[in-house]
Amino acid sequence: MTELTAPAAGADAPQASLWKDAFRAMARRPDVLFASLIMLFVFTMAAFPGLFTDKDPTRCIGREARGRPETWFRGEHPLGTDAFGCDFAATIVHGTRPTITLALSVIVLSVLIGMTLGILAGYFGGWIDAVISRALDVFIVIPLMMGAILLLSLFRGRGSSGNLLETVAPAAIALTLFGWMEFCRYARAATIETKNLDYVTAARCLGAKDRRIMFRHVLPNAVVPITAIVPTSLGSVIVVEAALAVLGIGVQPPATSWGVLLSNGTQWAGGGYIYLFGIPLGLLILTVFSFATFGDALRDALDPKLR
Amino acid sequence: MNAETGQASAAPEPVLQATGVVKHFPVQRGVVFKRTVGNVRAVDGVDLELHAGRTLGVVGESGCGKSTLAKLLVGLEPPTSGSIKVLGQEIGGLSARRIRPVRRDVQLVFQDPYTSLNPRMTVGDIVGEPFEIHTDVVPRRERGAAVKELLDMVGLSPDHVNRYPHQFSGGQRQRIGIARALALRPRVLVCDEPVSALDVSIQGQVINLLERLQDELGLAYVFIAHDLSVVRHIADEVAVMYLGKVVERGAGAEIYGGPRHPYTQALLSAVPVPDPALRGHREEIVLQGDVPSPIDPPSGCRFRTRCWKAAERCAEEVPGLDEGGGAHEAACFYAEGRDVTRAVK
Amino acid sequence: MAETTGPAADVLPGSDMNAPLLEVEDLRVEFAVRGRRIPAVRGVNFALEQGKTLAVVGESGSGKSVTSQAIMGILDSPPGFVTGGEVRLRGVDLLQQDEETRRTVRGNHIAIVFQDALSALNPVWSVGFQLGELYRVHRGAGRRAAEQKAIELLDQVGIPDAKNRVGHYPHQFSGGMRQRVMIAMALALDPEVLIADEPTTALDVTVQAQIMRLLRRIQDERNMGLILITHDLGVVADVADDVAVMYAGQIVERANIHDVFARPAHPYTKALLRAIPRVDAVGRELEVIPGLPPNPAALPSGCPFHPRCRAADPERCGDEEPPDRQAAEGHLARCHFAEEVYRDER
Repeated sequence: MTELTAPAAGADAPQASLWKDAFRAMARRPDVLFASLIMLFVFTMAAFPGLFTDKDPTRCIGREARGRPETWFRGEHPLGTDAFGCDFAATIVHGTRPTITLALSVIVLSVLIGMTLGILAGYFGGWIDAVISRALDVFIVIPLMMGAILLLSLFRGRGSSGNLLETVAPAAIALTLFGWMEFCRYARAATIETKNLDYVTAARCLGAKDRRIMFRHVLPNAVVPITAIVPTSLGSVIVVEAALAVLGIGVQPPATSWGVLLSNGTQWAGGGYIYLFGIPLGLLILTVFSFATFGDALRDALDPKLR
Repeated sequence: MNAETGQASAAPEPVLQATGVVKHFPVQRGVVFKRTVGNVRAVDGVDLELHAGRTLGVVGESGCGKSTLAKLLVGLEPPTSGSIKVLGQEIGGLSARRIRPVRRDVQLVFQDPYTSLNPRMTVGDIVGEPFEIHTDVVPRRERGAAVKELLDMVGLSPDHVNRYPHQFSGGQRQRIGIARALALRPRVLVCDEPVSALDVSIQGQVINLLERLQDELGLAYVFIAHDLSVVRHIADEVAVMYLGKVVERGAGAEIYGGPRHPYTQALLSAVPVPDPALRGHREEIVLQGDVPSPIDPPSGCRFRTRCWKAAERCAEEVPGLDEGGGAHEAACFYAEGRDVTRAVK
Repeated sequence: MAETTGPAADVLPGSDMNAPLLEVEDLRVEFAVRGRRIPAVRGVNFALEQGKTLAVVGESGSGKSVTSQAIMGILDSPPGFVTGGEVRLRGVDLLQQDEETRRTVRGNHIAIVFQDALSALNPVWSVGFQLGELYRVHRGAGRRAAEQKAIELLDQVGIPDAKNRVGHYPHQFSGGMRQRVMIAMALALDPEVLIADEPTTALDVTVQAQIMRLLRRIQDERNMGLILITHDLGVVADVADDVAVMYAGQIVERANIHDVFARPAHPYTKALLRAIPRVDAVGRELEVIPGLPPNPAALPSGCPFHPRCRAADPERCGDEEPPDRQAAEGHLARCHFAEEVYRDER
């Protein structure tokens, strides 16, 4: 038979697959490693706040209010105190868990709902597509903010016992309900594009069931555009949560979150207390950056041509 | 290639048989309330018969319905009417579940080697996918070896299992597609323009591969192509399609040596021959105008609007393939054999 | 022969009417890909005379389309760069001209017809408008006159009922008719050279026959030089006067059409001619060219064809890049053994 000029790959290498190869490709990138470190840091803070501070964020001393962090990272108040005299480092650390829980649950739920509906609509078309697309149209005309405010007003004044679920759940449900549409649209478009390709026809010709085609062939193509919008959505969830906090319908006190800190910090940033605003913002930017890097790398890793 | 007589006694029952196959696609208007305003008559009454180890070439120009026919034959589209039998079993009206086992016997080879392989899957996964769909064909532990054997069979190195499609050239990708189609040991391969996207020097490699596989595995091919020279090379029998109908059918040598239908004659005379010495010495039949719309095809003989022999009768009656009773079948009232490929002077 | 309608734009300053119509000498094009320079055209030479047809034959990646883009001055740059050589139109080196002059040359002197007529036409303007625009912009014609000219052109390229069709949009034409419109646009400003880059590849054989017949007729009427770029040796045999066979960015064989087909002097041409199935010959085992076309980023040493060549001398062909050798009068081949291949001894 004809000889092939391409040299053979490592002779008896173990069977490769898309996800294994993708993981290996990502582990080799320094920016991914850096992003992973940031994510690890943030997640540890959310999981074990005790590792980072021994102060109680709810113990506030009025006369120590707005103490600038003269001795950065050391001393009594490593990051100073906030407007009410609470230890700022403790506030931030303890605000991480509600923030991350909220942001991740909103994103995960939105992606799951959006992708499932999008792939179903795109793949089956017909009346399924008609129903989902109309629902999409309805939800998309209601801005995220407005929908959330309307919905959360119903929960308002219920108070909170400090239980994480109760603190975060109303905001998470509201934000998910009005946040899945973009994922759905992208997934639907990618599915429609993919389902008419020859390799999908080939799979159907081999007798593959719909479920197999959706998972094996359609899903990886739908994931690609989604990875691109997850990081930005993550950022916007945190920011919207901050806005809701201003209205008193976000994460319920006494729990706090980065969003709450951001909105509080804006009031003092002009008066020389930039750290009250800058530190939560910096954390937010770093987190969004690490997710963006991760998403970007994942997209490249899922495209064998770019590896 | 197999001798005609030897095969006839060895395989009395055709592996693939299509009778009166029709496929209409409704043309719909309106956004909310869709109403059907007409039908695209993509395939309009086609009969075919294919025996084991033989190759049937289907030729025609774009829009003649040959690609739709390919989809019907492999069961990807249900026919509007008519019957398609694979090894004697009807697949025409089967549900998706019932059709699955029959699918194994008929597989499709695609035209475009770039879109027919999932770019995100390794070659091993692509060629091994049939085994995962039909888990009873090869036990799990032996699948790796089976995939390597398939790659070897189509002339690729078995070491390539961990590579991705983009690392291969067009011809190699076409081999991967053929390996995938062969995994379930089908009896029939429907090849839809399998070499038309390839360079000339690579076309020959793939055609020779298909011929070798046919000899080794006793495969039957439906070879759909617009390139008449390639079909002449590989096909035992040829069917010429025009606007959803077969207009001429017969053994390859008969069709190419003495086409009887005016459309076949025009088609063959238009194929350029790579020999400058024949320039100006070959008969050139240049057709006027374009192929009419398949939504509203001409009455009677569909070719009459472009035919130089057309008479009144052609507009009123539909010619059958048995018209005139010549050496082979041609759907023309005025069929007459005529050699158009060789020099006339 | 069509009258030249325009004034000064029709004569290229400095041109010499006695010089050959189009000469390409040692043309080189490279592509910058991820910081590397990849050669696509590696020293191409040919000449085209008035009224003649030169066929440039090659497989995908051989550099034939890039050559035509470089001649037209429509190479995507970056990533593509002309790194050397001359393209002389009536003695004037086009590569030395400024962009303004080159724009005048395009259309007025050299025009091109592409394979994909649908994407080459703007879908939002009528065909008549797009044709007429050429006259309005280049010749300063009025609207009425431009439309009149558009109808004339459509008629010339064999579009029936041109008067009514002139207001139609590109999608309302069939593939063959669209290609006729493209040809009409290319002819609008009376070019002396027409480059047809795979003009019939996307078309059916019967339509291909119509288009090739049209191109031949128009060339006769206008006495143009035609460069036909194609991979189809059948089409070449039907229309060309001379043939240039390209492989790995070089012209490996160049001669009169009858010579090339009857007595090829390069093993690649010889193998190619044997590899094509013919409609007029009964099935014989197709001869194949083993292996794959070379990757321009990693060309083999010596002769780029030697790994696939049946006639190759393992030492000489692998080490030494062959020069153009004259196998016979006017018959050039880039092979160490051109004479022997020509005499069918290798």
